[in-house]
Amino acid sequence: MGRVRTIARRTFLIGSAAILGGVAFGNYAVRRPHANPLATDLAEGAATFNPWVLIDGQAVTLITPHADKGQGVASAQAALIAEELDIEFGQFRISFGQPSPAYWNTAMAEDAVPFRPTDESLVAEAMRSVMGGVMKLLGVQGTGGSTAMADSFDKLRLAGATARETLKLAASQQSGVPVEQLETARGAVQLPDGSELKYTELAAQAATIEPVSDVPLRDPSTWRLIGKPMERTDILGKSTGTLDYGIDVRVPGMVHATVCTNPRTGGVMNGYDASEALTMRGVKDVVEVTSGVAVIADNTWRAIRAMETIQFDWGPAPYPAEQADHWATIEASFSDDHLDSQWRDDGDAETALASGATFEAEYRSPYVAHAPMEPLNAIVLVTDDAVEVWTGHQLQGLLLMEISKITGHPTDQITLHNQYIGGSFGHRLEFEHVKQAAEVANQMRGTPVKLTYSREEDFAQDFPRHISIGRGRGKVEDGKVVAVDLSIAAPSVVGSQMGRVGLTVPGPDAQIAAGAWNNPYSIPNFRMRAYRAPELAPTSSWRAVGAPAAGFYFDSLLDELIHEAGADPMEERIRLMEHDVSRKVLETAAELCSWGSELRPNQGRGVAFVESFGVPVCEVVEVTNTEDGIRLDKVWAVCDVGTIVDPVNFENLVQGGVVFGLGHAINCEITFAGGIAEQSNYHAHEAMRMYQCPEIIVKGLENGHKVRGIGEPPVPPAAPALANAIFAATGQRLREMPFNKFIDFV
Amino acid sequence: MQLTINGQDHTIDVEDDMPLLWVLRDELQITGVKFGCGIAQCGACTVHIDGQAVRSCQVATGSLEDGTEITTIEGLGTPEALHAVQEAWVEHQVAQCGYCQSGQIMQAASLLNVNPEPTDEDIDLVMSGNLCRCGTYPRIRAAVKTAAKKLQEA
Ligand code: FES
Ligand code: FES
Repeated sequence: MGRVRTIARRTFLIGSAAILGGVAFGNYAVRRPHANPLATDLAEGAATFNPWVLIDGQAVTLITPHADKGQGVASAQAALIAEELDIEFGQFRISFGQPSPAYWNTAMAEDAVPFRPTDESLVAEAMRSVMGGVMKLLGVQGTGGSTAMADSFDKLRLAGATARETLKLAASQQSGVPVEQLETARGAVQLPDGSELKYTELAAQAATIEPVSDVPLRDPSTWRLIGKPMERTDILGKSTGTLDYGIDVRVPGMVHATVCTNPRTGGVMNGYDASEALTMRGVKDVVEVTSGVAVIADNTWRAIRAMETIQFDWGPAPYPAEQADHWATIEASFSDDHLDSQWRDDGDAETALASGATFEAEYRSPYVAHAPMEPLNAIVLVTDDAVEVWTGHQLQGLLLMEISKITGHPTDQITLHNQYIGGSFGHRLEFEHVKQAAEVANQMRGTPVKLTYSREEDFAQDFPRHISIGRGRGKVEDGKVVAVDLSIAAPSVVGSQMGRVGLTVPGPDAQIAAGAWNNPYSIPNFRMRAYRAPELAPTSSWRAVGAPAAGFYFDSLLDELIHEAGADPMEERIRLMEHDVSRKVLETAAELCSWGSELRPNQGRGVAFVESFGVPVCEVVEVTNTEDGIRLDKVWAVCDVGTIVDPVNFENLVQGGVVFGLGHAINCEITFAGGIAEQSNYHAHEAMRMYQCPEIIVKGLENGHKVRGIGEPPVPPAAPALANAIFAATGQRLREMPFNKFIDFV
Repeated sequence: MQLTINGQDHTIDVEDDMPLLWVLRDELQITGVKFGCGIAQCGACTVHIDGQAVRSCQVATGSLEDGTEITTIEGLGTPEALHAVQEAWVEHQVAQCGYCQSGQIMQAASLLNVNPEPTDEDIDLVMSGNLCRCGTYPRIRAAVKTAAKKLQEA
C-alpha cells in the first residue's frame, strides 16, 4: 500500500488530464511491457516484432495507433518506423490497429506533471518518468495534447529498428550469409551478391525467431526521411474523394439513424410525440436514447427530416439558463475559497503593487464550438457475443469501456475500426455520439446502425471551450515591466470532461492557467493565480485547451504594460525572456518580419508569445485599419518543436493553427439563452474564410531538446498578436473575444 | 427519374425535396461528396451540374431535369488519372483532415473553367463560400494558381 499512497499523494499535484484510478502496482508491473496485440490471431507465416510492425507473405503493415484527425500523424508515425525499417513510402500499408494498452501514450503523462515544460531540472525529469510509468501501467492510449510525435519519436523508430535487425537475422538463416554482411534497403534485405530478399519473403522465417532487442537508433545525420519533405500517405485519397472517413463507411445491412437529445445538454426528456415521424417515407422506427430519441430510417436525410417533426418535452438545463448568469458565476469566483492553485509567485507582487501607480485590466474569453467539418458519426453492430464499432476516435481504450457499460460486453469482445477523422479540435475526445449509436444498436441487435448528427445537433450538443475571465494588474518603472499579477477564473474543463466518464482528477486544473503561468519570462514580481469556478455548461478540450484564453490574457496584459512603460513590444519581451530556446524564437520572429521597419499609413504590427505543450511560439500580425474595418495583411509564426519530422506538414499545421486562432478570436462565440446554445450552424459561428486569410510566413526552429507536437501551440498566440496589432493601428484595446463585437473587420 | 452521374446513367426514385447530396451519398453510395452543414454555408457538398459548381445540399432532386449531367469529385479525376486541379492539390499537399477538400477542388475546377487566369481577388471571392476548419487557405490559394498554370500549359 505504501507505493499506492505515494503515487496518490503525487497525483494531488497533477493538474492535467492524466487519468488515475486507485491502482496498486510495483516496479515490476511498471517495467513489464504490455502484450503485443498483433500476436493474438497471428496468421500462419506472418511475423510481428512489436506492436507496430506486422509482415506476412503479401505485405508489410505498419500500425499507427495515434488517431489521425487531419494532423497527418498516420503518415508521420509510418515515417518514423520506415526510417529505421528501411522501407519506402508506397511499399507498406497503414493500419490504425486495435485499441491496446501496448499503445500507452508516454508523452501525455510527461505533460501531466506540475513543472513548466521548459523546466528540464532533475526533479522535473524524475517526476515525468514516474508519470510515464503510471500511464504505461494503466495502458492509456490516446491522441491529444499535441503529444503524438513526442510519444512516438523514439518508440516507433525503435520498433522499426528491432524489426529490421530481426529480418536480417531471418535472412542470414535463410541464405547462410553472416548477419554482418547484410544490409537493408527498399523493403528488402540486400545480400552481398547484389540479390535481395524482400521482407515479405522473410516473414515466415522471421516468425520463428525471437525478435532482436537492444538495437541502437541511427544517428540523425543518416536520416533518409525524417526532416525531409514527405508526401503524406493520405494526400492522394484526400485529393480525389477516395479516402473514406467514418461518415463514408458502409456495412452490409446497415440502417441510418440520427439523434436529437435535450438541447439543454444534460437535461432530461420528459416526453415526446413521434406519431408523424413514424408515418414518413423510409422511417423504420423511433427509439429512446439517454435524454432523447433516435430516428431509424433507410437514408440519413429521411431520418433528419423525420426528426424535425417530433415534438419534445424537455427538462430544464442543469446549468444557468442565461449567458449573463454564466459570466456572473465566473465573476464571483475570484475569492479565496475558489483558489485552485497559485501557479507562480516570483518576487513579491503583493508589495510591489501596494504603492505607486498600478495598471489594471480585465479580459474575457467566450464559449467556442469545435464544429469539425465532418459531423459526428459512428456505426455500431451489437450481437450477443460481440460488438463492432466503426468511428474515428482519439481515446480508443476509454471508448471501449464506455461501450461496454452500455452493451454489457467485456471490452475484449468489442472491436474498434478506427477511421480517418474529418477534423476534431477536441470533439473526438468525447463519447456521446458513439454511446448513442451503441444504445440504438443494442436495441436492434444484429443490425448495424449508422448514426450521423445533423450540423444543428452537432452545435447543440457540443461541449464547447470553457469561458473564463482574467484580471490583471501590473507596474512599470524606468521604462521596464517590474510587476505582473494575473488571476484567472474559469470552470474546470478537465473536471467536466473526465467527469463524463466517471473519473475525478485530483488536484488543481493546470489548464485554467496554461499559456499564462508557464511562459518563461523572468519578471521581478510575477504572481499567477487560478480560481476554479463551479461547473456551468459542460465543456471539453478545444484545440490548445486552456492556452487560447489564458495566453490571450497574459500576453495582452504584458503588451499593455510594455506600452505603459514606453518600451518596444518586441525588445521588452526579449529582455524579459529567461529561456534561451524561447528567446531565439522571439529574435527569429523579429528578424523575419523586420520588426521596427517602417509601416504604411494606418498599419499596425502586434507581437505575442505563448508557450503551450512545451512549444514556444511567437506570432507577429500586421493589420491595416481601412474604411471598411480591420484588414489582416500578414502573419509571421516562429515555433520551436525540437525536431521537425515533415517540414511540409509542419508548415501546413502552423498556418492552420494561426487561421484557427485568428478566425475564432474575430467572430466566434457560443452563448446560452433559455439554456440552449444560440448558434446552430456555421452561419453564426463562422471563423475564418479565405477572403480574410492573411499571408502566413512560417519558420520552424529545432533548438529545443525534446520532440514536440505542433497541432495546438500555434493557436494561442494568434488572438493576442491580433489584438496587439489592432491596438498599434488604431489605439483601441480589445480585451474580450470575439473581437467583432467591438470593431469591424473587412 | 434519370440522372447522368460521372458519365453513368442512374435511375432514382426519391422524394422531390430530397437534396441531391443525399441521393449521391446514401442512395448511390457516391461518398466523395461530403455533408458538412446542410444549409449552403460550408461548400463541402459542392458538385458540378452541367459544368457549374453548385451546393448539392441545396438542390432538390425533383428540380432537376431528366438526363441532367452531374459530376462529383470521383468524376473529375481518379488517383490514376488526376485532374490538373487535383495534381496541384497533391503537389501543394493542401489537405489536413481533407474533409472539405472535395468541395474545394470542385469549386476551384469550376472557377478555372470560367476564369482560366483568376486574380488573387477572384480566387478569394469564389473560394470564400468553402469553409476549411483546418485552415488550409494559404495552400488552396497557391494550388489554384498552380492548377491554372497547368491547365494553360495543357
Ligand atoms: S453541406 Fe452543402 S454547403 Fe454545407
Ligand atoms: S482540410 Fe480539414 S476542413 Fe479543410
